[in-house]
Amino acid sequence: MNYLLRRLATFPLVLLGVSILVFVAIRMVPGDSITAMLGTEAGLLTPAQRDALAAYFGIDQPWFIQYWRWIGGIAHGNFGISVTYGRPVLDVILERFPLTLELALLSMIIALAVGMPAGIHAATHNEKPSDLGVRIVAMIGQSTPSFVLGLLIIYTLSAGFGVLPAMGEFAPLWQDPLRNLSQLILPAITLGFAFAASVTRIARSAMLDVLSDDYVRTARSKGASARSVIWRHALPNALIPVVTLSGIEFGYLLGGAVIVEQIYALPGLGRMVLDAILQRDYALVQGAVLFIAFNFMIVNLLVDLAYVALDPRIRLGEQ
Amino acid sequence: MRILRAIFGHGSGRIGGAIVCVYLLIAVLGLLGLTPHNPITQYRIDRLHAPSATYWMGTDLFGRDVASRLMAGIGQSFTVAFFSVAFATLAGTVLGLAAAWLGRRWDGVVMRVMDVLLAFPAILLALLIVTVAGPGTWTSVVAIGIVYTPIFTRVVRGPALSLKAREFVDAARTFGSSSSYIVTRHLLLNLVAPLTVQVTLALAWALLTEAGLSFLGLGTQPPAASLGLMLSDSRNLMETAPWLMIFPGLAIMISILGFNLLGDALRDILDPRMRRAFA
Repeated sequence: MNYLLRRLATFPLVLLGVSILVFVAIRMVPGDSITAMLGTEAGLLTPAQRDALAAYFGIDQPWFIQYWRWIGGIAHGNFGISVTYGRPVLDVILERFPLTLELALLSMIIALAVGMPAGIHAATHNEKPSDLGVRIVAMIGQSTPSFVLGLLIIYTLSAGFGVLPAMGEFAPLWQDPLRNLSQLILPAITLGFAFAASVTRIARSAMLDVLSDDYVRTARSKGASARSVIWRHALPNALIPVVTLSGIEFGYLLGGAVIVEQIYALPGLGRMVLDAILQRDYALVQGAVLFIAFNFMIVNLLVDLAYVALDPRIRLGEQ
Repeated sequence: MRILRAIFGHGSGRIGGAIVCVYLLIAVLGLLGLTPHNPITQYRIDRLHAPSATYWMGTDLFGRDVASRLMAGIGQSFTVAFFSVAFATLAGTVLGLAAAWLGRRWDGVVMRVMDVLLAFPAILLALLIVTVAGPGTWTSVVAIGIVYTPIFTRVVRGPALSLKAREFVDAARTFGSSSSYIVTRHLLLNLVAPLTVQVTLALAWALLTEAGLSFLGLGTQPPAASLGLMLSDSRNLMETAPWLMIFPGLAIMISILGFNLLGDALRDILDPRMRRAFA
């Protein structure tokens, strides 16, 4: 409990740091958001119109007043207005977030569903041909960038089967689950492949470690079946590093998979942030980065708490 | 020499080492301009030419030789990867050692700043830095360097803290050794092994991030060649000219594979306790 409180107490400090960093950085991008928003039409604005627009978006004030207003607004749940969308930042973020969350969850499910059995199989068949096969595939998987795999999948589908991934307007899960799944499955496989490779490697090594522990030997000598030794005795302890890795990867995926979203033309958080940076949409970049950092910290905290649930011997904060 | 022999005697070290050596050779040739053709010359009459004896890996939409662009691109990617990892190693080592040695407030400040950087997804932080400074080779170096600095700071600070509490450091203090002597001779020298492993693995990530930035159009700028940019350009021509995607894609993948294999081997060799953990 103490650990939880201490960790939560560091949140505001880190978020404050993130907010200052992103606030300063986005203002250092050359050009201004009004020109970026209107393009060539910005030249048609009279100075008074330009001033009025700047005042509307609150970018006419000195930076410290802008920062203060922004932070004060966040305290009241107001993240500002996006210059690009002309709507509240939080609305734009929350509109994109379900896709990112779904994609991250699907990738993690694929990674665990493939990686865990493969890792366990490799560990229980240590140094046998199937172990070597799993290790080679996992190493290749870990070395395949998502954009290479994504393009390869699209190429194989189009050249080999004459089909293209379902693109077009994105269908949310609650409106058209089937179409939604058909749009997300390939991106999820693309992201899940390297993720699965990492899970396989870490699950294999953790299982190998645990299988050589004394208590597993004791269980074996007491006559426990191989299945019981693996599933009841070894697996719960081997899960800890898998949880750590999956948590960290999941945390990163919640920040949006900008390149995979770009390849499959998905309107997720990553592409939104990229476009917002290029459009100098100050409020949207700031809000999104803060949102992503917060999610990342929450996921990391949950991972730490999961350790305790999986292994009661661990007392957080005392290591 | 002992390490080279150990790498040679290690299964994945041998393969990884060979891949990295071949790539280094290609990178040097690419940087020196010793390519079959000029990578930016456009042979318009041979546009989208399939792989042949003249153009080993075909030509692109502008009639530029893919093999030559690939060699130049590998040179470019390796330059960015090496300099950015050197940046991150130097900055991370100095910050990690300072945090561990000075302790207290310094430690708190340095590690909170690193927490802030780590809370950003790597590619987004790199994107932000590149957009601020404008795309280009050296901007990519700084951006990727900053992104990976927190990892090196953590890798250095943890072991440095435990080394600081060891008897031999106390003894050195008792004998009147200066702080800078203890930090460089006793702490830093003992950190060479974990740093070497980290550097090798970080090179793989740096190659990946550089390719990612270039893929998004924010890394190396055309007409210069870069693996990520070549892949990105291949997207619309995938069906008519698959070689435009296959060769750069394989080149990125195999280079990352090489560094990963070498990193794993080095981890086994330099830190036998980890042998099992990442086998």
